Amino acid sequence: MAWQWFHRLGSPRWFYQKTSVWMPWLALASVLLIGVGSVWGLGFAPEDAKQGNSYRIIYIHVPAAFLALAGYYIMAISGAIGLIWKMKLSFVVMRAAAPIGAVLTFIALFTGAVWGKPTWGTYWVWDARITSMLILLFLYIGVIALARAFSREQVADKACALLALVGTVNIPIIYKSVDWWFTLHQPATIKLTEKSSIDPSMFYPLLIMIIGFYCFYAWTLIAHTREKILQREWRTNWVQQLMQGESITTESKEG
Amino acid sequence: MQFQFESLAAFLHMDGHGPFVWAAYGVTFLALAAMALQPRLQRRRLKKELERQQRIEARRRAVEGRQSKAAEPA
Repeated sequence: MAWQWFHRLGSPRWFYQKTSVWMPWLALASVLLIGVGSVWGLGFAPEDAKQGNSYRIIYIHVPAAFLALAGYYIMAISGAIGLIWKMKLSFVVMRAAAPIGAVLTFIALFTGAVWGKPTWGTYWVWDARITSMLILLFLYIGVIALARAFSREQVADKACALLALVGTVNIPIIYKSVDWWFTLHQPATIKLTEKSSIDPSMFYPLLIMIIGFYCFYAWTLIAHTREKILQREWRTNWVQQLMQGESITTESKEG
Repeated sequence: MQFQFESLAAFLHMDGHGPFVWAAYGVTFLALAAMALQPRLQRRRLKKELERQQRIEARRRAVEGRQSKAAEPA
């Protein structure tokens, strides 16, 4: 059956076993890429003509902001899949994505503020991009708080998914905020359709950092999801066996 | 590809922008490390909790065993 993989995906146990192999590779890729990108960006990329050395913050600011936005989509889509197909695993992914997204949004805001001081002369401006990013942080925190507010897990799952979906309206606003309201924040530097306004010597380390952050995001999201699976399923045999250090063999069922 | 700074001191100072750049990188890497380590801590906590559950279960069984022995007619 063509649909078999989809139903398998919904099985927390199957997910746990499948992802065991990926974890060390994702970890290695993220550490290597972020390591190389940081050293390159901090020490070897040329100094910016206008902003001097403070522009080097771009190498963490932009990837963190990218993933803060992409991570919100991942959280909202997981919530939607959970609501539509009643998939337990999807809700687990949604809940794991909330704190990770919150941390990345915080990083984007913090590095932006620290970058703003030498560049604009102030840590904080209420411009459109920064304000909409702050709202994104509150949305993430809202999902985390809502998840803890209910004693029944299924109720919490549904409530979080709804909040995540409603909050999706904020994402296009963040993307477009620099074009709609021309304020202090500079317009997009990297464009997919036309020539980017950044020199290749500065762009390559940034690209490495972005890919590295994507790997890091995948790694931590899966790691957090796996722990949440164990917490939710601790009564089951396979988790009990796993915790006692026994290896579990995957039973392939022909269905 | 060459190193953009004359010395380590210049690299740390970055023409006065050093504190901002290093603060940004420092806080970012701390936050990322915390994110990466959290699942490990959760695993440890779950292990402890499960061991505690097993001890409780074992004790309960021991008590039940004694009680059923005591209930038997001599």
